[in-house]
Amino acid sequence: MEITILLFLTSGLFLGWALGANDAANVFGTAVGSRMVKFTTAAIICSVFVILGAVVSGAGAAHTLGKLGAINALPGSFMAALSAAVAVYTMTKAGLPVSTSQAIVGAIIGWNLFSGTPTDPKALTKIMTTWVACPILAAFFSAIIYKFIVWFIRNAKLHLLRTDAYTRIGLLVAGAFGSYSLGANNIANVMGVFVESNPFTDFSVANILTFTGGQQLFLLGAIFIGIGVFTYSKRVMLTVGNDLLPLSPIAAWVAVVSHSIVLFLFASQGLEALLASNGLPTIPLVPVSSSQAVVGAVLGIALIKGGRGIQWRVLGNIATGWVITPVIACGMCFVGLYFLQNVFDQTVFN
Amino acid sequence: MQLGKDVRLFRRTRELEIQIDQFLDALSESALVFKSAVDVYLKEGCSTEFNDKHLHVDKLESQADELRRNIEIQLYAQTLIPESRGDVLGLMENLDKIINLIEGVLWAFSIEKPEIPDYCHEGYRSLADMSCEAVEALVLASRAFFRNIEAVGDHNHKVMHFETEADKASTRLKRAIFDSDIKLGHKMHLRGFVENIDDIADWSEDVADRLAIYVIKRTV
Repeated sequence: MEITILLFLTSGLFLGWALGANDAANVFGTAVGSRMVKFTTAAIICSVFVILGAVVSGAGAAHTLGKLGAINALPGSFMAALSAAVAVYTMTKAGLPVSTSQAIVGAIIGWNLFSGTPTDPKALTKIMTTWVACPILAAFFSAIIYKFIVWFIRNAKLHLLRTDAYTRIGLLVAGAFGSYSLGANNIANVMGVFVESNPFTDFSVANILTFTGGQQLFLLGAIFIGIGVFTYSKRVMLTVGNDLLPLSPIAAWVAVVSHSIVLFLFASQGLEALLASNGLPTIPLVPVSSSQAVVGAVLGIALIKGGRGIQWRVLGNIATGWVITPVIACGMCFVGLYFLQNVFDQTVFN
Repeated sequence: MQLGKDVRLFRRTRELEIQIDQFLDALSESALVFKSAVDVYLKEGCSTEFNDKHLHVDKLESQADELRRNIEIQLYAQTLIPESRGDVLGLMENLDKIINLIEGVLWAFSIEKPEIPDYCHEGYRSLADMSCEAVEALVLASRAFFRNIEAVGDHNHKVMHFETEADKASTRLKRAIFDSDIKLGHKMHLRGFVENIDDIADWSEDVADRLAIYVIKRTV
């Protein structure tokens, strides 16, 4: 592979690293923060399942991003991913619950504007509706699951130590499911913009297993998410774990499960096919924000417990993020493409 | 590898559950033996039967100490129940203090051999009885804390009741002692025993109060 191609992929890989560093905490933050699960165990499970989710189920959400704007030149993809990464960095510095999904959508629209490609309003509406639906759905799921778990624990009369052991295993299983869903749903943010200009080609192993170019691309992105998990997520887990609202390990389990269900729903092509084959309305496959899903899930638990101690400002911050993140990324991408084309003489669109 | 760890986790958990139950059994048994030891002392003084019961409580105390130490070390060494282990540790140590109080009273009977006038016998019996009931109710509350948290309140309520009854019995007994014609030194000696036995019920109530807070912490 040419060195320039690898160079152009770096912005996406950096975005993957940042995603691993930040979003692993949504899945394992409370478990590690409350010392229920060791960081090394969490990091290994998280990386393995993120990679599996990305390679096996990553195509659905990436396809939706492709419909929004098919960036067809590698330098263009590079700039889109870079501006998304910068937007994420800026928002994180400002202390807002940022989403790579929102950043990458802004960046794609920036590329559309620059290249004169019309933005598909249908795809855009679908994506934006999903952003709003994501935390609401997570809150809905967590409220129901929490209610059920409280009822179950009350009636099962398990020993405190037994409950603790089950919770530990529950946190590991939920973490694995959460990581899989995170990989499936969010790999589109990291590598989606490179799909059209993908430098990898398909190859098959003994004519049985075909490893598509897209899957290779996603594998590379997912490996960088894994590197982000191992190198940087520990401190995020330890701070984020107890930051939003101090959760008991059981409530944390509920939050992770709800978050993971939502991410899975918005990424599963299998579920989409199943719903479609039964004539039911399908769920759009859209990359959503893992952080906002977790915030929604925690709010759901807080609401079911009587709504005390909810910081409504957090909701305001999410709504702000829906607007500001894509705008920053869009502006950055537009300006960046201009420089890339006119100063560095690169073809940013075909 | 993880599966093996999980299997071990469940086995260790089961062993610890058994040890916690054994610790509570030891406390409950020492309260019951204490009650009958006081009864034997009132009838026969420092007889062989009394000494046997005293020895029995001594053994239960050492056994409970060892169990408590082992449970505490396991909880911390294996980072089990990270949210509640501080509370469990506090609970175990406070319960252990009750066994120490019981043992202390029996040692005092054995060393000081107080002469208890007949008119005080019923008072001492009833005081020991109420203190024992308070400990029994506290043991049930503690078991509920581990298995059925909602029932803790019901048992705690009984601890409070028996502690109040023990206080009443202790006041009656002290009045009877100080209204009598025995020497002041003798009165003071008898009063010491009343207070020591009443301390068992008082301390049970203090532990029950803490337990109520641990319950609130766990349900939040």
